[in-house]
Amino acid sequence: MTMLLPQDGSIPVPQPGAFSRNYWEGCAEHELRFQRCGQCNGATHTPAVLCAVCASPALEWERSAGIGEIYSWTVVWRPATPAFVVPYVPIVVTMAEGWHLLSALVGCEPEAAEIGMAVEVEFHRGAEGFTLPYFHPVEKLLPKA
Amino acid sequence: MSKHPFHDVAIVGVHNTRQARVLEGHDARSITMEGALGAISDAGLEPRDIDGVVGSLASDFLFQSRVGPAWRSLSPLGIPAVLEAAMAIGCGLASTVLVATGEAGSYRQHDSTAPWTRPTNEFVASYGMFTAAEFALMARRHMHMYGTTAESMAHVAATIRNNGHVNPEAVYFGKGPFTIDDILGSRMIADPFHLLECATTSEGATALVLTRADRVEDLAKPPVYILGGGTDYYGPAYQHPPVWDLGGNRRSDLVAGYVGRQAAEEAFAAAGIGPDDVDVCEFYDPFSFELIRQFEAFGFCGEGEGGDFVMSGVIEPGGRFPITTDGGTMSFSHGGASVQLFQRVVRGVQQIRGECVTGQVGGAEVAMSTGGGSGALFTDVLLLGKDRP
Ligand SMILES: [Zn+2]
Repeated sequence: MTMLLPQDGSIPVPQPGAFSRNYWEGCAEHELRFQRCGQCNGATHTPAVLCAVCASPALEWERSAGIGEIYSWTVVWRPATPAFVVPYVPIVVTMAEGWHLLSALVGCEPEAAEIGMAVEVEFHRGAEGFTLPYFHPVEKLLPKA
Repeated sequence: MSKHPFHDVAIVGVHNTRQARVLEGHDARSITMEGALGAISDAGLEPRDIDGVVGSLASDFLFQSRVGPAWRSLSPLGIPAVLEAAMAIGCGLASTVLVATGEAGSYRQHDSTAPWTRPTNEFVASYGMFTAAEFALMARRHMHMYGTTAESMAHVAATIRNNGHVNPEAVYFGKGPFTIDDILGSRMIADPFHLLECATTSEGATALVLTRADRVEDLAKPPVYILGGGTDYYGPAYQHPPVWDLGGNRRSDLVAGYVGRQAAEEAFAAAGIGPDDVDVCEFYDPFSFELIRQFEAFGFCGEGEGGDFVMSGVIEPGGRFPITTDGGTMSFSHGGASVQLFQRVVRGVQQIRGECVTGQVGGAEVAMSTGGGSGALFTDVLLLGKDRP
């Protein structure tokens, strides 16, 4: 049995840019942030200046409920670099607010991964003191916002 | 009727250097030069006939041959670079253009995946993403939506690898043959992809020469024409979550999962033909699933039908739509970041000429060459033919 855990090796850490600094600062405060459109109410990630739905520049940062469901997953057995412990499970999560996020599944066995699985964000301070969001399974989703 | 956009252009020279896991004594510049001279010679031309070059390393040729001043593009990728060369000739910016690229010596420490598979980006790098994982996330979504099976993907890999197994020029010549069970029995890389469903890594160069269609008479080989082409992109590759349903804002069926659909529509429209007119499918093969996806995206079959389509006997040698006939990136070669992207075009040209030593499709008149893939958020399409459009 393999319990999936956050990576604690010397993995590459994000280099925040002008668009994304707010997002990573949120993670450091254990707050998952995305951008909400004042024009169409759509949600945008990765951080941008234009709405992913209507291309309006009227974006405001908002705190996510931090819950969602697995949209797709893979179990990786050949690590990208030796710093990563295998197996690890990259996932795309559909967040309750309707945006997609790439992360990794933790807190269960890799065999448990499935599309539609309800997951919740957790934060892990790892390489170079950088805080990354990971996701663990939860019983079921709260009603969608 | 207006003139076809590529009426005035022909592909007249192609060359692959030797491809190998390691090309001792070579670096990217030296092997690219070998490829360039090979393509010029294949066309029956001399270095000083060239008056335009495409590709960062092709500029080496420009300097060494002292053929300048000449038209130059930095476009590094496969089909877009070929189209750019064709456009330059069509517009009169150049009359004979060399497209060349090569790689050697850049990836010899294999404890990490190849550098071109690991673009550094803040939203993917920390999760150990590399190309196999990016494409796996797309394939898994398709399996979920349509019940696409591991066997159908393995059959694609076995077919392509068997094409390479019999091709003396393939890096993995003689390493097969492979069955579906052999593919599924290889170790898992990124579920659902087993080792033998993934592209390989190697070294080599490739090059093409294009010229004006009114200059083909005295050349060494019969001209091959560009019947149509298109390039579909959704943004930078490997920097954002690979989501099947990304996009679709302009047209709901143009989502990232079907990237290449619009490019294929444009190419077929320019050519005045459809999928049924294609004789050979030189499809890009970064991962097994991508061929299933391309058949759906390009309209060879319906959405979700690609798995059954590839299992129906059409993709093997002698089938209605033979795929990736030299062994592709899985067996022929994957010479770095861009060499293999050009090699689908090179093989398409060789098929139309009828000169393939193995895997020749008898009487092939239309070849469809592609590049890219859903995990990279781009797919390029080129239709090649015997008859001047
Ligand atoms: Zn909007």
